[in-house]
Amino acid sequence: MDTALQDKTIAAPAPWGRVRRSRYVADRALKIICVLFTVLGATVLGWILLMLLYRGFGALSPAVFTETTPGPGSEGGGIANAIVGSLIMTALGIIVATPIGVLAGTFLAEYGKGSKLAMVIRFVNDILLAAPSILIGLFVYMLMVQPMGGYSGWAGGVALAIIAVPVVVRATEDMLRLVPGSLREAGAALGAPMSTVIVKISWKAARAGMVTGVILATARIAGETAPLLFTALNNTFWFSPNLMGGVSNLPVTIYQFALAPYSNWQQLAWAGALIITLSILALSITARLLLRKDKVR
Amino acid sequence: MSTIAVNAGGGIGNAAAADANASVRIAVRNLDFYYGDFRGLKDISLNFFDRQVTALIGPSGCGKSTLLRTFNRIYSLYPEQRATGEILLDGQNVLSSSIDVNELRARVGMVFQKPTPFPMSIYDNIAFGIRLYEKLPRGELDDRIEEALRKAALWDEVKDKLRQSGMGLSGGQQQRLCIARTIAQRPEVILLDEPTSALDPISTGKIEELIEQLRSEFTIVIVTHNMQQAARISQYTAFMYLGELVEFGPTAKMFMNPGKKQTQDYITGRFG
Amino acid sequence: MAVLSDEVVMSNMQTVRRRTSPGFDQGFRWASYGSALVVLAVLAGILGAMLYGGWPAFQEFGFSFITSSVWNVGEDQYGAWVAISGTLTSALIALVIGVPISIGIAIFLTQLCPPWLKRPVSTTIELLAAVPSIIYGMWGLFVFAPFFARFVQIPVSELVEGIPILGTIFYARVPSGVGMMTAGIILAIMIIPFIASIARDILDQIPTVLRESAYGIGCTTWEVVRYVLLPQAGVSIIGAIMLGLGRALGETMAVTFVIGNANRLSLSLFDPSSTIASRIANEFNEAAGMQMHALLALGCILFLVTFIVLMFARFLISRVQTH
Repeated sequence: MDTALQDKTIAAPAPWGRVRRSRYVADRALKIICVLFTVLGATVLGWILLMLLYRGFGALSPAVFTETTPGPGSEGGGIANAIVGSLIMTALGIIVATPIGVLAGTFLAEYGKGSKLAMVIRFVNDILLAAPSILIGLFVYMLMVQPMGGYSGWAGGVALAIIAVPVVVRATEDMLRLVPGSLREAGAALGAPMSTVIVKISWKAARAGMVTGVILATARIAGETAPLLFTALNNTFWFSPNLMGGVSNLPVTIYQFALAPYSNWQQLAWAGALIITLSILALSITARLLLRKDKVR
Repeated sequence: MSTIAVNAGGGIGNAAAADANASVRIAVRNLDFYYGDFRGLKDISLNFFDRQVTALIGPSGCGKSTLLRTFNRIYSLYPEQRATGEILLDGQNVLSSSIDVNELRARVGMVFQKPTPFPMSIYDNIAFGIRLYEKLPRGELDDRIEEALRKAALWDEVKDKLRQSGMGLSGGQQQRLCIARTIAQRPEVILLDEPTSALDPISTGKIEELIEQLRSEFTIVIVTHNMQQAARISQYTAFMYLGELVEFGPTAKMFMNPGKKQTQDYITGRFG
Repeated sequence: MAVLSDEVVMSNMQTVRRRTSPGFDQGFRWASYGSALVVLAVLAGILGAMLYGGWPAFQEFGFSFITSSVWNVGEDQYGAWVAISGTLTSALIALVIGVPISIGIAIFLTQLCPPWLKRPVSTTIELLAAVPSIIYGMWGLFVFAPFFARFVQIPVSELVEGIPILGTIFYARVPSGVGMMTAGIILAIMIIPFIASIARDILDQIPTVLRESAYGIGCTTWEVVRYVLLPQAGVSIIGAIMLGLGRALGETMAVTFVIGNANRLSLSLFDPSSTIASRIANEFNEAAGMQMHALLALGCILFLVTFIVLMFARFLISRVQTH
């Protein structure tokens, strides 16, 4: 048997150069196309950012931050009221969303781990994470604006909170899942009740990731326009301190001013767009650095 | 089968003795290997003989896998890794830039630590590699696939389910499928990187038997951390330590009468 | 015996330990449970609000609400077909353009990219996902649309004029740059970061050894990607695409800027149209009575469509991850 096999293999090795050209053509094509697509993606981002910087900085002036939004046909003006309104509603949204999101994420990772209910909620949360934000605006309109008889900053805050909650839930759960079970067991073995183990051990270990989640949620809602259209609406003067009635805010102001025929409005829209984009990018980069620093540590 | 003890070593293994007349298939000359700035292999020179099994042994991190990965230049997937020196396959330097690496890898087949069936049917797992380099009529292709599966001692187990996914096989079967896939390309050399470390003892036994049979047709280089395995299946053994080749010789001599104290210590389990 | 000693230990502990209030422990558990239920309630609330608000419209127009393309506020006649087909068409254009580019980027990042370049490119792509949609809208309207009108719409319209089929689909009666095609392109740009980063993660998860063994039998990069990596990633790549589709279907602001907001059924991709979301954004604040019900009914349809798409996406992605 051995000799038979050996005879077969004594045959000289096949000559080199058996690779069909078409294989290399396909390979080269793939590589070129992938590089081109990546360059294209980066170019579009560069294009958008450059346009923003160019038109945005051109429109920036001290008045942008000190004066209120101008009425139709009037000269000059700023977007101070819109900036403050946005800050308030974003803060409101994140203040409402953080405890709910963190607790719900805690339920998924700790109390309900492996249960059917947790599975359903995780699934629903993932869907909310990507649900069209305009529908959330409609929902809050029917939930709050209609019963309360008018637009309000509160409704805007709630709409933003609904968008932020799934982000916080997801981040909290993901981070808590990274906490090793042995750490929890060690805590429980000392006789600590579950709530203490979670607050003092799990949350502490997952802190950086959870903070990152909240920052990312803030970045996400800071630029949301659609859910504010039917909840906070907008206006061109300082809103009332009780946040009832239309509350001016950056995204809707940008939307309305950009499409308006007045050149000072369009200028302000670019200034607002620049401010909002830079803030969001800054938040996203902060979140990223925070997480990376935590990983290194 | 022909797995009866033949060598004089008796107790240490039952592989056939080294064939002193075998010609050199791969000649490694002054090979250095770098991971970035780290020098993973230091001035390695040794020969691998035609239709012999050569085992590379040594403690983990000694460079035995690194050495294996230079023969088909699979390391070149990672830009920070590079090799200098010469590796002559039938007299041709495979490290030279004029070599087509894809074709080189079809000539120097490799089987990995973990079974890696491709996400396709058992039939296509084998046909895929053949089709890359040969255009065969359907009947001939079928014959080649059957031949490869028979040589890998897998034919009887899978002949009725060739159209099923290769992922559905057991671990040992998957590894034999990977061997079949490799030999179907009719390579000159087969590299085995700890091919049984993820398998149970029975599957391991089957793979070892298979290697013994494949030796009559292919030059085989196997990395193993299991010294009994090296003794059982190889004709030559190279012992490496910290990126250097400590000792190389016929397996029987290496295990019975090693020339260096380091080798002796490692083989008797005093370190590593 | 064992029982006895247990009791001893227990009573010992109780005498030594400072008791944490069991009330807090219970309260914390319920708060956590309750918060998780809020997530469920929100989804149910959205569906409920849409159904409740849209019901009169469904009742009034019946099934023809979906098939009719009339949207006449003056006569109080409403049909959703233009908005539905606009939503589907723009999302489809986005996928046709966006998916190949996304997968190309993912392949570049995981297979071709030199290590030093990987992080900057990844970060850039991810930051692209953080840019608010209104910015894409402004860029689309003020920068891209004029560019598109001048360099694509006008030359292409001239080229295809008179040719059957092509002359209909790619003919711009008013080459203003806004319209279905522009909306699709902007949507494509918006979903690329999502699909690309998920696809990158999926490709990164495939064990190195599978990739090496494909190269090990002499495959070129193209063959490794086409025959081994993509089939291995399989359904979860489709899940990523569905996730992108979900985004494209529901995107509001960017589309509202560039689609032209016309209620006209046109076969030309260069003509203005509208989507469900853009119509809601444009009309809801001024709507009353049946128009408002009709808009909520549109919202209900959008909700159901995106819900199904996202559910499908999650199902495909999770099945692989638990594998």
